[in-house]
Amino acid sequence: MNVGFDLVANVVVAGMLTGLVYGLMALGLSVIFGVVRVVNFAHGEMMTIAMFAATALFSAWGVDPFLAVFPIAIAFFIVGYALQATLINPFITRPEHTQFMLLVAVAIILVNVLLMLFGPNARNVQVDYQLESIEIGPVLIDVARLYAAGTALACAAALFAFFRFSLTGKAIRACADNHLGARVVGLNVKRLYAFTFGLGAACVAVAGCMMVLLVDVTPVLGPYYTLLAFVIVIVGGLGSMTGALLGGVLIGMSEAVAGLFVTPSAKSMVSFALLIVVLLFRPQGLLGRSTR
Amino acid sequence: MSGVLGQLNRRGAAWLALLAIALLALPLFANSYVLSVAIVILYFAYTGQAWNVMMGFCGQLSLGHALYVGLGGYAAAALFVHFGIGPWAGVWAAMAACVVFGAVIGMLAFRFGIGGVYFALLTIAFAEFTRIGFDHWEWLGASGGFFLPVAQRQYNDLANLRGSPEMFYYLMLALVAAAFALCSWLLRTRIGYYWLAIREDPEAAQALGVNTFRYKMLAVVISSAMTSLAGVFFAFYYNNLFPEQVFNIGRSIEIILGPIIGGLGTLFGPILGAAVLAVLADGITEVLRYAGIEVPGVKQVFYGLCLLGVVVFLPHGIWPTLARWLGVTADTRRE
Amino acid sequence: MNDKPSPLTAARSTRRSFLTGVGAAAIVSSSSLMRGAWAQAARLKVGVLLPKSGVQAFFGQSCQFGADVAPAVIKSMLGVDIELMNADTESNVDTARSRAERLISEGAHVLTGPFDSGAAQAIAQVAEQRGVPFMINIAAAPQITEQGYRFTFRNFPTSVDLVRNGLALIRDLFQATRTAPRTAVFMHVNDTFGEANRKAIQAILPKLDYLPFKIVETIAYDPAAKDLTVEVARAKASKADFLLLVCRLNDSIILRREMVKQRWNPMGIIGPGNPGMYEKQYYTALGKLSEYSISNVPWYNPKADLTKAVDAQMKKQFPKERLMFHALNVGFTFEAVMVVADAYRRAKSANPKALAEAIRRTNLDKRMMLGGPIRFNAKGQVEGINSAAIQNLNMRPTVVLPANAAEAKPIFPMPGYGRA
Repeated sequence: MNVGFDLVANVVVAGMLTGLVYGLMALGLSVIFGVVRVVNFAHGEMMTIAMFAATALFSAWGVDPFLAVFPIAIAFFIVGYALQATLINPFITRPEHTQFMLLVAVAIILVNVLLMLFGPNARNVQVDYQLESIEIGPVLIDVARLYAAGTALACAAALFAFFRFSLTGKAIRACADNHLGARVVGLNVKRLYAFTFGLGAACVAVAGCMMVLLVDVTPVLGPYYTLLAFVIVIVGGLGSMTGALLGGVLIGMSEAVAGLFVTPSAKSMVSFALLIVVLLFRPQGLLGRSTR
Repeated sequence: MSGVLGQLNRRGAAWLALLAIALLALPLFANSYVLSVAIVILYFAYTGQAWNVMMGFCGQLSLGHALYVGLGGYAAAALFVHFGIGPWAGVWAAMAACVVFGAVIGMLAFRFGIGGVYFALLTIAFAEFTRIGFDHWEWLGASGGFFLPVAQRQYNDLANLRGSPEMFYYLMLALVAAAFALCSWLLRTRIGYYWLAIREDPEAAQALGVNTFRYKMLAVVISSAMTSLAGVFFAFYYNNLFPEQVFNIGRSIEIILGPIIGGLGTLFGPILGAAVLAVLADGITEVLRYAGIEVPGVKQVFYGLCLLGVVVFLPHGIWPTLARWLGVTADTRRE
Repeated sequence: MNDKPSPLTAARSTRRSFLTGVGAAAIVSSSSLMRGAWAQAARLKVGVLLPKSGVQAFFGQSCQFGADVAPAVIKSMLGVDIELMNADTESNVDTARSRAERLISEGAHVLTGPFDSGAAQAIAQVAEQRGVPFMINIAAAPQITEQGYRFTFRNFPTSVDLVRNGLALIRDLFQATRTAPRTAVFMHVNDTFGEANRKAIQAILPKLDYLPFKIVETIAYDPAAKDLTVEVARAKASKADFLLLVCRLNDSIILRREMVKQRWNPMGIIGPGNPGMYEKQYYTALGKLSEYSISNVPWYNPKADLTKAVDAQMKKQFPKERLMFHALNVGFTFEAVMVVADAYRRAKSANPKALAEAIRRTNLDKRMMLGGPIRFNAKGQVEGINSAAIQNLNMRPTVVLPANAAEAKPIFPMPGYGRA
């Protein structure tokens, strides 16, 4: 196979953009897992629901996913807040396997409710710019992916600013750093956790609305993305916004390159190998803070 | 000296004896459908018990246990199909493969101090990595699947594990009983107590001089070796292996459902959990059919709700509560 | 007096009622487990095992239409009464096996299904053990009919036959359109089905001297992948004349979109024997972009009487669905039920062994799918099922080859070929 510069350039750029989209998807998990420490194994299912919501809004009123982001993100924030405050809060102190079971059960319920409501057929949105591409020299850039990647960066920047500069953001970081200390200082940890979960859920909503530009949604999409999100979060570093994006880009690019030089059907092996290596040698992730 | 019978009082021992007799006699009065369900229950009871060694006894959460099932199955199947080596010899190769993999995972994890959910993700990564690897391994059929020749069903060929469902039932029952005996013995020995210490508070255990690394490795190795036997059974019972199905993370989750629902760290938990889940799954299907509801997905929703219910209301699993309710335990301490 | 129950008693009563509920479910299910009567054969009870939930839900539900319309059509054409017993395999092999056992225990005289090769293998073993005939509607793995089963029958081509017919149709296509592409890039999904097809193509293609093209690159991709940028980039870089594609539905849509984004316009996209590009979702998801894709698959004969009868019945029972969008799934599922009904009529008994023997002697000329009469060889396999070239024209699957069943002329290369 003739691996010319054009091919490599295209593949690398595409891998980077795709990676940013993956990173957007993992942002929500990074927030939730990084702060609340809940092993959210229903993450992919949450994003699937957001995707269905986006397709529903589109088919009902022709709402472009970029606009649909706002109502869906707000709805997800509210539901996330409520979910954390009621169901999940008691489970934070429970052992991991119990959290895992809880969310596995939730995931099973969500997937099959979606199947009951929407049927097995795939749904999608069809906007004008979805299949366009821009030409920059030898490289063809997929417009939809570009927009989604841009949104990823904007979202990450917003979250970063929130956590760095706002009072609530700082309070949340305090909780993550030192649970007991935060309570001693008088922070309402329970409410902050709920807020964080809501925030993470809103991120997932944004990711879903972007993802629906690229992928058709079916009820069984969840587990694939859950696993991918965990891989990215671990590789990039818990609780780090840039880490999630970086992890995503790393995974995206390594899979792209692997697909180019080895067989594409094995490209996921690279992600898992990367995960293993990171877990062994730098378990806090590339940009995470060392906790030991 | 506590142990199985030490755990149970006289009443409990009587129940256990009754259960054993019922299980032995099951093929005589059950129809083929019940037998197939029973085999599935015993299979998950066994794998659950094997997983329980690692998690329930020693506190290491493995979410990629399907890896050992797959490795064991493929190893024995490959020897049988490609070299004509029967399963009773092949099982040693299966165990060896799983022990090696388990040791590698354990070594990497424990040497580098990885625990908790990170360890769980490590196990998932290994399982997925292996799945995709097998998907490309031509000699073992790759993604097209590996098929064992289904020779005959007339008589029971125990040497080659070809035969009737009854034979498989008793084989699985023997495995479950052996696992039970092994686990109850392990719990009585020093190993068991060290595991308990490591599970409850690893740092304190280490401070007391327990070689946590050695005992954690022991748990991983025993657990993976036990699970490999399930893999061999699986290969010869179903007669085909697809990497996508065998190494799937869904399978790993199925394995852990039983012990967690039944009661982590207990001896009866995995068995009870497997039975409850199988009965629940089929029960819901039956109830829905009688009610005339044929909407796909409804059964799984109810199933998920039941799981949710158990996790929320019975956090230690069903067995401890059930045991107290039935009055079969000697004391009220949870093992 | 404190009316509010203390948390402890509340928890205890919740637990107790929960446990009682579980116990009740156990009792209900176990009593139905213990019953297992062999019903008197008033009508033929046909167990239908299909994946109606899980990852294959879409296909299982599609096949179910074929089963659902069968009783009425068969009653009028053959005069046989059949009763369907539907079961969901949940896209899971264990469930398939236990559902099969359950159906047999409840008196199913014969089993049909299950759309998936893994499930088919599991059910075939059950069928063999219980001595109940199992009529496979759709499953392509060749090994299933190589195991020496006496009770399993398959009215669907093996992947080897599919590929052979598919490649022959490609030659017909080039002849009909007077084109001669020199190179092809072969992309295939890396699952059971894709693997079987790849092996078949690698075995058969070199031996065919009437096909002038050679495969310049083979690209295997992951069926679960949602992003196929690299794969398409490689295919485009190969500069092949056309794309030979073994795919599934979801990835075919992703691939087609990616081809547009990367501005790759080969002469055509030809599937030598696989699902995907003729399914309804391909059209609804891609719109105009779905045009001109070609799939060489078994298809119903648009001119056959049975086809018209099934079509009419589908319009009556499922007015929202169109037969042509479920052609393969409905066609083969219907034929499976028809075969067992015909066997029942000849055997005049619902005894499983008699039914199996009758199925073995089946010789049905009147059929719905294109091809020779339904006759089982010694392995229980039907030979002589033909493929047709199905091209997406005017947003619907159109038979373009063979000429005697064609509804339109094939268009190859597709418009836009060569445009960068």
